[in-house]
Amino acid sequence: MATTTPQATFLDANEIVINMGPQHPSTHGVLRVILRLDGEKVLGTECVIGYLHRGVEKIAENRTYVQFAPYVDRMDYVAAVSNGLGYCEAIEKLLNVEAPPRARYVRTILTELNRISSHLLWLGTHALDLGAITPLFYTFREREEILKIFENYCGARLTTHAFRIGGLQYETYDGFEEQVKAFCNYFPPKVDEYEALLTGNRIWLQRTKGVGILKADEAIDMSVTGPVLRASGVKWDLRKAKPYAAYAELDFEIPTGPNGDTFDRYMVRMEEMRQSIRIVRQAVDKIPEGPIMAKVPKIMKPPVGEIYHSIEAPKGELGYYVVSDGSTQPYRVRVRPPCFINLQALDRMCRGHLVADVVAIIGTIDIVLGEVDR
Amino acid sequence: MQLPLPPAIAPYFWPVVYGVVLLAVFPLLAGYIVLLERKVMADIQARLGPMRVGPHGLLQPIADAVKLLLKEDIIPEMTDKWVFWVSPIISVVTALVALFLIPMSDLLPVPDLNIGLLFILSLTSVGILGIILGGWSSNSHYPLLGALRSTAQLVSYEVALGFAVVGGLMVAGTLSMQEMVRNQLAQGVWFVFYQPVAFLIYFIAALAETNRVPFDMPEAESEIVAGYHTEYSGFRFALYFLAEYSNIVIVCSIATTLFLGGWLRPFPNVQALDFLNYFPVVALVGLGAFCLLGAAREARMIEKLGMAGLGGAFVVAGLVCLVPAVLTAISGLFWFVLKVCLGIYTFIWIRFTLPRYRYDQLMRIGWQWLIPLAIANVIVTGIVMMLWQ
Repeated sequence: MATTTPQATFLDANEIVINMGPQHPSTHGVLRVILRLDGEKVLGTECVIGYLHRGVEKIAENRTYVQFAPYVDRMDYVAAVSNGLGYCEAIEKLLNVEAPPRARYVRTILTELNRISSHLLWLGTHALDLGAITPLFYTFREREEILKIFENYCGARLTTHAFRIGGLQYETYDGFEEQVKAFCNYFPPKVDEYEALLTGNRIWLQRTKGVGILKADEAIDMSVTGPVLRASGVKWDLRKAKPYAAYAELDFEIPTGPNGDTFDRYMVRMEEMRQSIRIVRQAVDKIPEGPIMAKVPKIMKPPVGEIYHSIEAPKGELGYYVVSDGSTQPYRVRVRPPCFINLQALDRMCRGHLVADVVAIIGTIDIVLGEVDR
Repeated sequence: MQLPLPPAIAPYFWPVVYGVVLLAVFPLLAGYIVLLERKVMADIQARLGPMRVGPHGLLQPIADAVKLLLKEDIIPEMTDKWVFWVSPIISVVTALVALFLIPMSDLLPVPDLNIGLLFILSLTSVGILGIILGGWSSNSHYPLLGALRSTAQLVSYEVALGFAVVGGLMVAGTLSMQEMVRNQLAQGVWFVFYQPVAFLIYFIAALAETNRVPFDMPEAESEIVAGYHTEYSGFRFALYFLAEYSNIVIVCSIATTLFLGGWLRPFPNVQALDFLNYFPVVALVGLGAFCLLGAAREARMIEKLGMAGLGGAFVVAGLVCLVPAVLTAISGLFWFVLKVCLGIYTFIWIRFTLPRYRYDQLMRIGWQWLIPLAIANVIVTGIVMMLWQ
């Protein structure tokens, strides 16, 4: 399909403006999109955000470094472990401490499991948006297994607060490694199952191929990151580019897509799930013995200064910019949320497509409004 | 059965009784089709489905119906009230009348119209008017888009459906629903074997006609909320729901009558397969045994009793069917209902397997593939029939 960007209606027909959201079944939360339509063809979109704004960044200024850690889980609540990892590592950098190797490996395992669970949620809802109801239940079945591991580890399933500044609060439970390994054996056939349902499906191909194309240069111009960027053919992954946690010692590949359409983004995420399993497998085998917590002062007073630390969250580059004035509370915490920035590409991707594609494109960006609005 | 009635009334008496019974029973049956759909869906999706109301959720349709009837009747302020009020009624009345004209068994007093199939198809076309008017009168964007989509979709797929039916009709040589089945008995073969292409086209077009996945654009939940019935609630919504499920039964019934031998058992002329006549007995007793076995696994005593009662009823019904007179009376209806159920099952199966087509893709399939194919099928059928004679 040609990705023209029409500016006017066909034959001077009346343009209608409709409001999609914030209470719409497929805006993945409380995103509001105002659509200018010619019949069903999209002439332009405008995102209205802020319905879930909780002032997370401002809250940080009134909490100590330790107190703020649970709040970051509430941003991208389907990838809370990743959020926590980014924050903890940023503060560790600021404090000039390093988490011990065992902690880094456990962090890597949990973060990669979290990436899988986030992608599973995305896959289920994305397929649901395109009218396939059943994959959602299958993906949730597998996601449940991951959440059980989280629950066994730290007691929480969704907003886990699994990590602490300087390492881990909890040692892994008995049977942790076995459970993770069992999941690694259980999960890959399930990915094949999803692919059997969707990848070869003619309807799925027609709905996703050529829809919402984002070219590599456009993606870079809009500072899009994560699977959306990689599907456009840019091989950029912070786990490789600026390794953190234990990624430098693990072997994995970065999947990219050739065309930057919805189908490529789908394939990239499917492949990422497989790669995550690969990472988890290696990490479980390599977990070193040793302490799980570095020496961190009871009362954290980082030296005056600022730090920007970013990690590859499931949705893209998640960055924390933290300014310290030497007190117990951060002077400023700024979060670079991947969803918020990826969402900018929505208008570019939607123009010239039909309403049905808008739904597919919102799904393919994989936004979580908790993070967009913060 | 002859009753002492004046000759002016006599021909109408039994059809009217049948119509009234159908009107009374069918909404409940539609509820159970919904339950079937939810149960099959749950099975496909690795979960249990409704389990709370009655054993295995068997009373769920009744609870749902009561809930819908007790809801507040809302007519939004900005609607075109009269049209808003009348459009679900158009949908449901046409659907029920069409249903009344379907001969589920040769023993039922269904009027034998010489334009039977044509009349039923016209009725379903009028039913579409209810959808269009409902979406239009809601005076709201999403229903309007839903109604627009319905109009385009149903109009184009009606053409394909019509041509597919023509293929079957050429073989059947009649428009009367009863005659069709009798002709299949006379020729000793279901028309699906003569017209496999027409049957496939009919089935695909029927999915589109009844707004089912992968052609459920008019009510694509993730795109345009609930489509044409977004603004409807309570009883009016229930009417649309009833019309939708009646339409599914109707298209499956037409397929059964025209292509699958109506109330006939498989291979009705093959003497060696006469034992199939006892299949209703086996099926009912088997179903009963299944319920009885299930009763043992129920947790609560009341559900145990409910399941056991149901199973017992099925077994007794199956055994009663051993009486030859009862068996003859029931077998036509049994086979018809079985075939229709298989059709509905396929609809549900497709619904929970496939994603949804996009609107323009749907149009392309309709106009570029189905309609040319259906026309070609008609032409080829005509040529073959000419050469055969």
